[in-house]
Amino acid sequence: MTTTRTKIEQMSAEVVDSNPYSRLMALKRMGIVENYEDIRKYTVAIVGVGGVGSVTAEMLTRCGIGKLILFDYDKVELANMNRLFFQPDQCGLSKVEAARITLQNINPDVVIEVHNFNITLVDNFDVFLNRIKEGSLTNGPVDLVLSCVDNFEARMTINMACNQLSQTWFESGVSENAVSGHIQLIIPGESACFACAPPLIVASSIDEKTLKKDGVCAASLPTTMGVVAGFLVQNTLKKLLKFGEVSWYLGYSALTDFFPKMKLKPNPTCDDSYCIQRQREFNAKPKEDISAPEQAKVKEVVHEDNEWGISLVDESVDTEESRTHVQLTEGVTLAYSLPAATSIVEDVPSGEVDESEQSLEDLARQLKSM
Amino acid sequence: MTRFKPSNIMDESSKKTLSSIPLLKTKAGPRDKDLWPKRLKEEYVSLIEYVKNNKAADNDWFRLESNKEGTKWFGSCWYFYNQLKYEFQIEFDIPITFPTTSPELALPELDGKTAKMYRGGKICLSDHFKPLWARNVPKFGIAHAMALGLGPWLAVEIPSLVDSGIIKYQEKSES
Ligand SMILES: [Zn+2]
Repeated sequence: MTTTRTKIEQMSAEVVDSNPYSRLMALKRMGIVENYEDIRKYTVAIVGVGGVGSVTAEMLTRCGIGKLILFDYDKVELANMNRLFFQPDQCGLSKVEAARITLQNINPDVVIEVHNFNITLVDNFDVFLNRIKEGSLTNGPVDLVLSCVDNFEARMTINMACNQLSQTWFESGVSENAVSGHIQLIIPGESACFACAPPLIVASSIDEKTLKKDGVCAASLPTTMGVVAGFLVQNTLKKLLKFGEVSWYLGYSALTDFFPKMKLKPNPTCDDSYCIQRQREFNAKPKEDISAPEQAKVKEVVHEDNEWGISLVDESVDTEESRTHVQLTEGVTLAYSLPAATSIVEDVPSGEVDESEQSLEDLARQLKSM
Repeated sequence: MTRFKPSNIMDESSKKTLSSIPLLKTKAGPRDKDLWPKRLKEEYVSLIEYVKNNKAADNDWFRLESNKEGTKWFGSCWYFYNQLKYEFQIEFDIPITFPTTSPELALPELDGKTAKMYRGGKICLSDHFKPLWARNVPKFGIAHAMALGLGPWLAVEIPSLVDSGIIKYQEKSES
């Protein structure tokens, strides 16, 4: 027997078995949230509908969010069944389509828009930009973008789009060894963007030498992903409904149950020109209405550059401001360090390409016929 | 997010490999309408040079070509193991964030055959590759991704896939 419910026009606080919103509206009665029903006005874009993104979408759907826009290009597979949300009988369906069916069934009040494509491709990027810019219920910008992707390229793509559109977003992630994760609020110009520093990693207290990656790319646990999705949606609700404190960066180390917190300042030498532009705009704004960052115990981390013994880039120019000169809280490190922006190539075993006299077409033909 | 293991990956042989690939100069991706043709030209020149040097060193191991816009690339690569030649199709796209992020090289025929792959047959690169790429933006290009990413991957994965019987020698590589 299946029960499906019809749409509900107005969120009611009435406590009856048939009201799916009664426990949420109780937040208002208890004085936690001022105006819970505002949630129906908001649109959230979720990029990546995997272990974190699908659970995020389900939580927001059950909370009665106004609209969700989902992006993913993957299909549901049996290999995903160690994670939450998707069912074995959905194998073969695109993740966004399978998610749409499940979510719409849970809560028909939520407007759901799905896009089954890879946002990092040139052909899709403009549509991606447009949906962030005009995807809300009133055809304006979405209220938040949530990054639930599993790779650097996609995160950089979201970062690029949000910097360009001045769009507030949350980055989230689970490490490839499945035992740490993080969420990070990014307000272009106000906080560090994803390109301002190399990727951050939460110390997992695993000895590097005992971490074996032979034979596998990544591990995953439904627990870690569930925790990260929970953090992500909790902070999304706080941000949208304006209650509590929103975390800028919140890390999670599963092995030690350690949760580092910090705020990262934007990097004035960030590689992304839109980030620099947003920083300029932010610095020109009067400052009183800016939320004070919760400062955790911070320590200065200046990375020596030669951790891998790579001598391709000059390591000796220490007088230059290093691009990885950031303040990190204890328990968070950078995945790698970058050379100073102005460093010169040294000890490079090869020269630069010569300016070619040949046309693009000639070169293409030459390469093809080799 | 990948953690790196400190070790010296720039051994003599990778240094030698790198020395045969000219470095690129223009920091432009397919979105930069004005500068992308310049970058694309550099990519072609760098690849042509690399293939020439591979041939001269009797170590010819791939062919590539692109669509007109230079955003989609395809071709083949091969690897000799026990005197037999194993050949595979390669394909990849130039991401919108290129050259800040490297292209994700894919061997679609091997999709699902090895755990060292992501969806769609994208190869799983070593922990060293991304830091190395990030530290050399915009000097590294497609030829560097081939040499430092796909080359070492084939050298580890193909022998293991052949030895475990997952891939078998096929006559097609002779044609
Ligand atoms: Zn930035």
